[in-house]
Amino acid sequence: MIELQHISKVFNKGKVNEVAALKDVSLTLQKQDFLVVVGSNGSGKTTLLNIIAGAELSSSGKVIISGADVSRLAEYKRSKWIARVFQNPLSGTASDLSILDNFRLAAIRTTKKKLIIGINNSFRKRVQDKIATLGMGLENKLEQPMGTLSGGQRQALTLLMSVMDDTQILLLDEPTAALDPRSASVIMQTAHSLIQQYKLTAILITHNLKEGHQYGNRLIQMSEGKVLRDLNASEKKSLQMQEMYEWFN
Amino acid sequence: MEFYITALILGLCLSSMALGIFISMKIFNIPDITTDGSYTLGAVITAVLLTAHWNAIAIIPVVLAAGALAGMLTGIIHTRLKIEALLAGILVMTGLYSINLTILGRSNVPLLEVQSVFSSVHFFAASVYNNLTLSLLFILSIAFIVGYVLRTDFGIAMRATGSSASMTRALGINNNKMKIIGLAIANSLTALSGYLVAQFQNFTDINMGIGIVITGLGSVLIGEALIKWWSITSIHWQLLTVIGGSILFQLVLAFTLSIGVDPNMLKLVTASFVLLIVIIPRLKKHD
Ligand SMILES: Nc1ncnc2c1ncn2[C@@H]1O[C@H](COP(=O)(O)OP(=O)(O)OP(=O)(O)O)[C@@H](O)[C@H]1O
Ligand SMILES: [Mg+2]
Repeated sequence: MIELQHISKVFNKGKVNEVAALKDVSLTLQKQDFLVVVGSNGSGKTTLLNIIAGAELSSSGKVIISGADVSRLAEYKRSKWIARVFQNPLSGTASDLSILDNFRLAAIRTTKKKLIIGINNSFRKRVQDKIATLGMGLENKLEQPMGTLSGGQRQALTLLMSVMDDTQILLLDEPTAALDPRSASVIMQTAHSLIQQYKLTAILITHNLKEGHQYGNRLIQMSEGKVLRDLNASEKKSLQMQEMYEWFN
Repeated sequence: MEFYITALILGLCLSSMALGIFISMKIFNIPDITTDGSYTLGAVITAVLLTAHWNAIAIIPVVLAAGALAGMLTGIIHTRLKIEALLAGILVMTGLYSINLTILGRSNVPLLEVQSVFSSVHFFAASVYNNLTLSLLFILSIAFIVGYVLRTDFGIAMRATGSSASMTRALGINNNKMKIIGLAIANSLTALSGYLVAQFQNFTDINMGIGIVITGLGSVLIGEALIKWWSITSIHWQLLTVIGGSILFQLVLAFTLSIGVDPNMLKLVTASFVLLIVIIPRLKKHD
């Protein structure tokens, strides 16, 4: 589903502040894999996700999605396959637009944005039903601007928005970093059930080792732009939390 | 009384530009200076074509297209050449001055002898009421169309571009293309104001656009303040409020003139008034 071949990324090449964020990273994910990425700050996790999504282009190497070489494809074109949840809850939604407008855009992520009014009663009902599954009481506030909601509420909605249109890949960059423990667990459970229900291939970056231990069928640890550890499903299953903590000492 | 009705009509004629600035502010969050040039461009084209005995209605598509071209140019300079939007607007506005002067041929063309859009219909015997009705109907239809576009899937995408660029990119929207189209629409609307005002005041002057962006900005700021105040979420009502802002703006200017302020001071009054609109909400926040 996702294949990274010898990806390197250098920021500010040739300047004093040159950074090699990724160094020859190769990685293959099968359909419906759920990869968890851990690693210390600055180890290149977000850069890796950005290169898959197309927010950054790699300095060298190839990105292959569903058999197609997308290495040079702009982010907005890769959105045909990919939905994202950002670390910052404000990045995934438009504050000035209503909840309903935000969901409408998400529902046409992979298609042309036409000069027709797409929000009708059946669409409204569809969004309402979807939002009701969160149990946050937001289903009756569809006209409210996104900007009036809390970070946790917005993150939950961003997650639901990611499956409004045909999605194959879900990228989650520390989706719970800005949230309190209760909202964090709601988000993770929602993400988990959506990934199962829609048979998504997913990548989760997290600093929360408990989350990293609990979710996913594959685990990598990044360090200084390289994949330091790579655990497959059975290795991940038998991994002890204690052992994970020791990686970081 | 007629003095204030004239201000009211002028406010209506200028509100098409205010709607344009409302759009460019929603997309960039900065004032689009191209406005000064595209407003005059609309008036210049109107003068030349009316003098050549074109039908007033037939001129509208030409004016819209010319304004769109000006806006696209600013958009392309901004997005493709990566130049600050404010500077891109100033560049196009400056270049347009020469183009406008070339098209017009001289600095001032009177339009008294021609058949204007205002003289083409007769709702009432008195010409003020005739003008008032016509400009009102005209602007309401514009607001209706703009409101419709903004509510479509395309319009939502456009509004989102200004609100969260990271989100729209992830949702398959080409932000640069959106900005270019948005600026094109905004400047078509601005050129349309030039079209209306030229016919309402019966002349086109090469300098009529100088500082007009401030008037549009002031109208939008009044409109936005009211939108916040009344928590208006419906797009159509937001647009109507911006039109209200434009009218209010002209009425205040008319009032200052009527209490004996020197007309030469009008631009200074306008600038001070806009400054006032900007700072009043801030003063309230601090106490
Ligand atoms: N746009 C950029 N310009 C310059 N350097 C960058 C840029 N983006 C990332 N970097 C650098 O690349 C390295 C990897 O950054 P990255 O954001 O991928 O780390 P991360 O693993 O996501 O860290 P964190 O856990 O703090 O989010 C860092 O040294 C960072 O400073
Ligand atoms: Mg990161």
